[in-house]
Amino acid sequence: MALKIEEDFDDQLSGEPGKTDASTSRWFKRMKKGINTSTSEKKEAPDGLWTKCPQCKYTCTTLDLKENLYVCPKCEYHHRIGSTDYFEILFDDKQYTEFFAGVKSIDYLGFNDLKPYKKRLEEAYYKTGLHDSLTAALGKVNGFELMVCCMDFNFIGGSLGSVMGEKIARAADYCREHKVPLMIISKSGGARMMESAFSLMQLPKTLGKLTLLAEAGVPYISLCTDPTYGGTTASFAMVGDINIGEPGAMIGFAGPRVIRETIKKDLPDGFQSSEFVMNHGFLDLIINRKQLKEKISTLLLLFKH
Amino acid sequence: MPELANRQFLEFEKPVKELYDQIEQLKATSEKNKLDLSDSIKELEDRIVAKKRDITEHLSAWQKVQLSRHPDRPYTLAYINRMCTNFVELHGDRNFKDDKAIVGGFAQLDGETVMIMGQQKGINTKMRQLRNFGMANPEGYRKALRLMKLAEKFNKPVITLVDTPGAFPGIEAEERGQGEAIARNIYEMMQLKVPIICVIIGEGASGGALGIGVGDRVFMMENTWYTVISPESCSSILWRSWDMKEKAADELKLTPDHMLKFRLVDGVIPEPLGGAHWDYNEAAAILKKHLIPVVQQLKKIDPRKRVEERIEKFSRMGFWEENAVNQ
Repeated sequence: MALKIEEDFDDQLSGEPGKTDASTSRWFKRMKKGINTSTSEKKEAPDGLWTKCPQCKYTCTTLDLKENLYVCPKCEYHHRIGSTDYFEILFDDKQYTEFFAGVKSIDYLGFNDLKPYKKRLEEAYYKTGLHDSLTAALGKVNGFELMVCCMDFNFIGGSLGSVMGEKIARAADYCREHKVPLMIISKSGGARMMESAFSLMQLPKTLGKLTLLAEAGVPYISLCTDPTYGGTTASFAMVGDINIGEPGAMIGFAGPRVIRETIKKDLPDGFQSSEFVMNHGFLDLIINRKQLKEKISTLLLLFKH
Repeated sequence: MPELANRQFLEFEKPVKELYDQIEQLKATSEKNKLDLSDSIKELEDRIVAKKRDITEHLSAWQKVQLSRHPDRPYTLAYINRMCTNFVELHGDRNFKDDKAIVGGFAQLDGETVMIMGQQKGINTKMRQLRNFGMANPEGYRKALRLMKLAEKFNKPVITLVDTPGAFPGIEAEERGQGEAIARNIYEMMQLKVPIICVIIGEGASGGALGIGVGDRVFMMENTWYTVISPESCSSILWRSWDMKEKAADELKLTPDHMLKFRLVDGVIPEPLGGAHWDYNEAAAILKKHLIPVVQQLKKIDPRKRVEERIEKFSRMGFWEENAVNQ
């Protein structure tokens, strides 16, 4: 399980899913069973297709799973979902307005690894239909106004680049001006390497804006979902007025593979899970996706009255 | 600075080593045969200067990374001891322990009290372990923050010297909230009411560097690098091989000249010819000369305005295009 997650990380961050030897062989194994859809694409699959829970192996139809907010009906495993799903879960009548959609990534550095960054971006747009790895939306949660900035893991690993930084900065400014609470839903492998130091500087950039939001007395809620790593953890994800985790989400600074290779020891069970992070004092609470809307609106009520 | 005999040479520094060896030989001969070879020695010394200049002018990005990690390179305490007087090192985060990978304390720079701190690497095998190779744990960042708050309380400027291969990736580091510690430092540094000046004196690796790297002015010394990931890790993730580190270093554009051009840092501080490791005193003197007027200049700004400008400066960082979208 942990191994699978790590591979997934590198795949997503490099934008080359399935290129390692291990994952190639896994892909063949899957072919034999006739399952070759990646988890992120499953939700768009036609009704009636079956989804197997990676944790308990319980199989149900994708439609049933969707109705259960992509939480396994048997073991409560939280499947990874996208920004649109979160917006629909949180906002009243699934009504919301997207903000700052016109802000788009450019390849300022001319970064070229196995594939030019520009090409990766084009592929990501095509694959996801998204503007970038973060989408900002304003809506109402049980009547309370809330700005939500939510990441999409299938857009270059939810990586933190200039666009994400700029959108969060603008969202924080908007929230400060209009006294609207801000929520950031993190789902990211870390900083976007193809933007080099520019992506690193999004940490001080976003945190600077959050200090201004705090000065204005506007609440900021951070929801860490699977996975929340690197630059996201070392910035906005950990400084919420309220820090929340999704059950079972992997949350940490350094990735498990890096830690294992550094200390040359196996990692303990449950290491870097939400529950682990909460027990060590860095999350206020863990909220099951099915209670998310109610709990968030309760928090907003408590902040307001 | 180590004695010449103990000095270590990188591959591209080997021609310089050969010239030094020749001088040593000439000196030995001149002693033995009572010959005056000073002209030849002088000539070789000139050739050393020319060679060093030649090397310096043609450094690749990867060679700069190598220089930043040169085993003889001066580290934080070497600079503090040469630039400052009355340095009093302060220990511990008042919470968990004293992280030896970060050192700091009050000192006087040109007769004026400052809070100066930085990551400290070890100078020999034993010390390298004690200093954890300059990789701080959360308590190191929390110690740094405690010292900054102390400086703020007594209205003293903060100077940080950054030199780290990264924040330590370990089980305990995660348990004690490495991410939170770095995030908190950046968050608090953004609002710190006293001037902050940061200097990358060696390696500026990602969040580990940024944890003490948010300043009104951020400088890089000539042979350093600063970016989001080390070239080795970048190579391993993006190219799926450890062999592309040189290419990764090029692509990341992590050298001071690029960083200045991108306006991600505010200036580049020159080093002695061939690199800071050739002359600790000169390196420290150059740095000190750069720091003094900047401290004075920043002190004159109203604290509120200084914080505002700091936030504004970082807010401008990034690149994107904007398309008209119907909202």
